[in-house]
Amino acid sequence: MKRVILIWTFITFLGLSFVHAEEKKLVIQGSTTVLPIAQKCAEVFMQKHPEANISVRGGGSGVGIAALIDGICDIADSSRPMKKKEIIKAEEKGVNPEPHVIAMDGIAVIVHPSNPVNELTLTQLKDIYTGKISNWGQLGGKNQKIVVISRDVASGTFECFKKLVLKGERVRPDALLQASNAAVLSVVKRTKGAIGYVGLGYLSPEVKALKIEGVTPSQDTVLKGTYPISRPLFMYTNGKPKGLAKDFIDFVLSKEGQKIVKEQGFIPLK
Amino acid sequence: MRKVKENLIRGFFCLFASLSIFFLLGIVIVLFKEGLPIFKVTTFKEFLFGKFWYPTSEPPEFGILPLILGSFLVTFGALVISVPLGVASAIYISEIASPKIKEFIKPVIELLAGIPSVVYGFFGMVVVAPQVAKIFNLAVGLNAFTASLILGIMAIPTITSISEDAISAVPKRFKEASYALGANKWETVIKVTLPAAGGGITTAIILGIARVIGETMTVLMVAGGAPVIPHSFFEPVRTMTATIAAEMGETVVGSAHFCALFAIAIVLFLITLSFNILADILSQRFRKRLG
Repeated sequence: MKRVILIWTFITFLGLSFVHAEEKKLVIQGSTTVLPIAQKCAEVFMQKHPEANISVRGGGSGVGIAALIDGICDIADSSRPMKKKEIIKAEEKGVNPEPHVIAMDGIAVIVHPSNPVNELTLTQLKDIYTGKISNWGQLGGKNQKIVVISRDVASGTFECFKKLVLKGERVRPDALLQASNAAVLSVVKRTKGAIGYVGLGYLSPEVKALKIEGVTPSQDTVLKGTYPISRPLFMYTNGKPKGLAKDFIDFVLSKEGQKIVKEQGFIPLK
Repeated sequence: MRKVKENLIRGFFCLFASLSIFFLLGIVIVLFKEGLPIFKVTTFKEFLFGKFWYPTSEPPEFGILPLILGSFLVTFGALVISVPLGVASAIYISEIASPKIKEFIKPVIELLAGIPSVVYGFFGMVVVAPQVAKIFNLAVGLNAFTASLILGIMAIPTITSISEDAISAVPKRFKEASYALGANKWETVIKVTLPAAGGGITTAIILGIARVIGETMTVLMVAGGAPVIPHSFFEPVRTMTATIAAEMGETVVGSAHFCALFAIAIVLFLITLSFNILADILSQRFRKRLG
């Protein structure tokens, strides 16, 4: 009998300790663009606060926001603002999503390094992507077909590009749609006539970033607001963040967190 | 007491056996529940035969004809490569190779099936696509041809191992009768063994089709991903699977786009289901003919 009591006590304590751990648990889910920031910040945050248990997952902006609305995660990463439909759905479920801008991201337009074209205007860029211009010769380059590379139409990066460059017009239907920044980079660096776009953090010497409206994409020009294709990155919480969620977002926005943002290739807010 | 135990064990295993049926049922229910609402936004005809896939434009267009054709084109191309290679390897393994070579070559071919599709995709993107572009003088090597080439290689193990089973299952007396009539080995293989194993080989090919049409990661990486109706093998295409994989994560859950992706999954499910049923019917016929 004594043993049974002992075991029960043990189990109860075990259970209690789980409940205790539950209070310090934080689930972050969403955009794959924001993922590296969230991961690195969580890592450093947990080193400083060993009692915190943060799990970070990807899945995409849409998945993260849906998870926040369903109460599955505490913080939703998103590379785009919430859509009307999502906000309505959140309200229906009594969730009040609050956006926190945690970093900026510039979208660089890239071509093969052998391409003599160095600069495009926003109008030229739009004409390339909608199909009005289809040869580099029309832009002062070699007589070569332009291979248009875009991101999948559901991605946050495309969403931003559509708004700022295409102004809502459609991408030519035969554009190659790639599923990630890395895939766009990989195609552009191997294809002489290619043009594509990636987040600033993905720029590499193997491709050439074009000046847009005369401005080189860089952390400086995005921060100053002179580079025209940039976007904010978000973390959403349900209502004003409390407890661990507040501590974490405060950490991301702190000097140390913003340093991580910069190290991951994004643009810190200050 | 013993009987109770027996029954318990029986029930236990029955539960596990039926679990997969429950899972299948659950998947089908979810597919239809999430997919069918798309037909409130668009019509059945516009969805299946629409020529443009612009799910996020204003107004959106949900035409999956380019995606269906993309899937079929890549699958057809893959079959052109994998059927001759796969069936020929099966004939070699079961009829010609010495036991020693057979013991070596069979596991090697089956090893092909064990390579993750993302590895095939990476290999295709980095090694094959630039070569294809160079050889055929194309602007870009990511197209239906490259995808077919790689998917064809991926389908070989499926086709080879099932064909090989079918060929080995041809009764020895068939072949002996052929030899007795003076036919040589080649004549026996072509005129006796292959026709006798025909049903099994057809099953192998159909399962190969199902394997290729459902493949996702590789086509996502090497097919180019442009949702246009293809006019040749050297154009980029976008398949149904790649569309679902690339867009599901980012779209608004419950939106028309979300439903459309599930509806594509329904179409894909029905296609593979019919291929599987076809394979089943054919293999049963084959058994009857031999029996």
